[in-house]
Amino acid sequence: MADAKVIPFDDDRSRGGAVQRPPRRRSAASRRRNGEGGPVGEVQPLPGRSLAQDDVPVTPEEEPAPQSPHDGGLERRIASGLAFLRRRLTGDYDVDDFGYDEELTDQVLMSLLRPVYEKYFRVDVKGVENIPAEGGALIVANHSGTLPLDGLMMQVAVHDHHPAGRHLRLLAADLVFMLPVVNELARKLGHTLACAEDADRLLGQGELVGVMPEGFKGIGKPFGERYKLQRFGRGGFVSTALRRRTPIIPCSIVGAEEIYPMIGNAKTLARVLGIPYFPLTPTFPWLGPLGAIPLPTKWTIQFGEPIHTDGYPPEAAEDPMLMFNLTDQVREQIQHTLYKLLVQRRSVFF
Amino acid sequence: MGKVVLVTGVARQLGGRFVRRIQRDPQVDRVIAVDAVPPEHHLGGADFIQADIRQPTIARVLAESGADTVVHMDVTGTALASGSRTTVKETNVIGTMQLLGACQKSPLVKRLVVKSSTNVYGSAPRDPAVFTETTPPKSLPSGGFAKDTVEVEGYVRGFARRRPDVAVCVLRFANILGPTADTPLASYFSLPVLPTVLGYDPRLQFVHEDDVIEVLRIASHEPRRGTLNSGTFNIAGDGVLLLSQCARRLGRPTVPLLLPAVTWAGSLVRTLGMSDFSPEQIRLLTHGRVVSTDQMRETLGFQPKYTTAQTFADFAGSRGPGLLPPEALAGAVDRIAALPVLDGGHPPTQSAN
Repeated sequence: MADAKVIPFDDDRSRGGAVQRPPRRRSAASRRRNGEGGPVGEVQPLPGRSLAQDDVPVTPEEEPAPQSPHDGGLERRIASGLAFLRRRLTGDYDVDDFGYDEELTDQVLMSLLRPVYEKYFRVDVKGVENIPAEGGALIVANHSGTLPLDGLMMQVAVHDHHPAGRHLRLLAADLVFMLPVVNELARKLGHTLACAEDADRLLGQGELVGVMPEGFKGIGKPFGERYKLQRFGRGGFVSTALRRRTPIIPCSIVGAEEIYPMIGNAKTLARVLGIPYFPLTPTFPWLGPLGAIPLPTKWTIQFGEPIHTDGYPPEAAEDPMLMFNLTDQVREQIQHTLYKLLVQRRSVFF
Repeated sequence: MGKVVLVTGVARQLGGRFVRRIQRDPQVDRVIAVDAVPPEHHLGGADFIQADIRQPTIARVLAESGADTVVHMDVTGTALASGSRTTVKETNVIGTMQLLGACQKSPLVKRLVVKSSTNVYGSAPRDPAVFTETTPPKSLPSGGFAKDTVEVEGYVRGFARRRPDVAVCVLRFANILGPTADTPLASYFSLPVLPTVLGYDPRLQFVHEDDVIEVLRIASHEPRRGTLNSGTFNIAGDGVLLLSQCARRLGRPTVPLLLPAVTWAGSLVRTLGMSDFSPEQIRLLTHGRVVSTDQMRETLGFQPKYTTAQTFADFAGSRGPGLLPPEALAGAVDRIAALPVLDGGHPPTQSAN
C-alpha cells in the first residue's frame, strides 16, 4: 500500500528524538497503574486483570510476582473485584450530570480498550507534557478511519500517559446518541454531544475536552484523501475555548487512516440506513463481519504545543475574524505535524 | 395586613400539603383552597371553595376572596380518581387560561406562582446534556402532559407581558418523588419488573416533595434579600441517577425491550386505560433529561434538602422491597468473598471485607 505524498522537512531532529521515547512511555504507564506515591517496580499486570487497583493500597511485597496464583496480590485483586461487583449490583456508584461513570470507565471499559491500544495498534504517544495537569483544556484532533476508533485511542492515550491520569471528555456526533447501546456506552465513557453548551459546561468544570472538528467529513473521507485535513466545521470550538480562556492543544493522529481503507461509499444504502456514509473497503462488506476487523496499523498520537487563549480580551469570542484565524492556526499546526509524523514513519504496519 | 393566598389543585396530596404548610407562615392571613372535587385529606384551617377552574366562576372566587398571591398547582400529568386524559388536558390548559384571565382582571393580585415541569424541554438525542432555563428544546413535545406544560407556560408568559406589575414565577420541577408522590414515574417504579428500552440508560433527576413545598413557599412570599423570585427556574435535586442504578437501588429487575416494542406496549396500555404511560414518558425513559439548577441556587436562593440520590432512597424506602433487594445481593457477594476457596489456602485475613 503506497503512502501518502508528503513534504519532508526537519526530519532528522525529530527522528532522533523518537528513538528514545518508547521506554519512557512504558515506565510512565506502569507507574500510573501502580498508583501514585507507591514504589515503582517493573510490574506488568495483564490488561484485563487490572480491575479495581485504585481501591487497594499498593504494597511493595505484592509487586514481584503477580503471575503466581497463590499470593496476596491475587487475593487482594479478587477481594477488590468482589467489592466492585457489590457496588455495581447494588447501584452504589456515582455518575456525573453527563452520565459519565468514572468507576466503570476506569475498571472495565478502559481495560477492554487497553489491549487494542497497546497490542493491536501499538500506539506511540508524544508530547503528552503539553496537556496541563489541571484545569480545562481543549484538545483538537484530526478524525479518520471510518469508525471513530481514533477518539477512543486518544482517550486511552491521555489517561494512561498523562502523569495526572486525566480523563478526556470527548465530544461526539449526534448519531452516537441516537444508536442504541452505543449511546449508553458513550455516555458512560464520558462522551457528550458536540454542541457549544456541553463543551462550555465541561470546560467550565475544568475538564479536558477532546473534539474532532472535521466530523463526518474527516472520518468518512475516501482513502485517496488520507491525511488531508477537511474543513474544521464552523470553528465553534475556538469561540468556546476563547470564552472559557482555556488553551487549545492540537493533536495529530497517524495510523488511523489506514485501519479501514475506504475505497467506495454506498451512498444509496447509507441514505436508506440513515447514516452519513456506508464504507466499502477491500474487505468490507465482502467478507462479512470478518471484514470489519481493522487493519493492525502502527499509530502515533502527537499532542502539540498549546495555543493559549487567555491573552485575548473577553469580547474576542465574538470576533469572527480572530476565530477564523485561530481555527486556521490550529488546523495548520495539526496538518504540519501530520506531515512530519508521516515522514518519520517507517511503514504503515510497523 | 397579611397576605391572602389562593391555591388551586388542592385535592392532590401535594396541593394539600402545601396548603397546610403555608398557613403556618406568619405573614399569611388566609388561605383559599380551590379544586373541582373536595379533597380527601384535611386542609388545616384553609377555606375550601369547590370551583372548577375551567369555569368563569374562578374569576368571582378570586375577586370575592381578595387574594393577592395565586399559587397555580393544578397543572398535572395524571387524572384524579376517575378523570380521563381529556379532563386533565382541559384542566391544565383551559383552567390555566381561565385562572390567568381572572388574575388579569383582579387589581389585587401581586404574585403568581405556577407549577410547571422540566417536561417542557422534551427528551431527544440531539439535545445538550444539561438544559438551562434558556435552552430551546430541539423537539417540541408532541402531546400529552409535556405539550400541556408548554402551552401553559406560553399563556403565563403572555400574562406576564400584559400585567408587568405582577411578579410571575414559573417553577419547572424535575420528576417529583417522595413517600406520597402519585406521579406516572412513581407508578412506573412501583412495577414489580421494570420494562426498559434496550441499549439506552437514561439519566434521571428527582426532586423531593418536601423540597417542592419549600420552594413553592419561597416563591409565594416576598423575595429574601439578595434573591429574586420572579422568572423561570429549574428545580431539581443535586446529582443524577441512571435508570439502571435506580432499578438496582430499588431491587427490581429490568426487562430490556426493543424501542418499537416499548412504544407499541405503551400505546396498548394507554388504549386499555390501565395507566397513562404517555409517549413523552417513554422518551424520558429512553433519552433521559438533566437540568441545570444554577439559577435556583444563585437567583432564587434555594438549596434543596435532598439530592437526587437521597430523594430516590426516601422513595425506595417507602415502597416494599423488590424481587432482588440490594441487601440480599450485597450479602450474596459477601458470602462469595468469604468462601475459603478464594483465600487461596491462606488463613482468612483482612482480604474478604
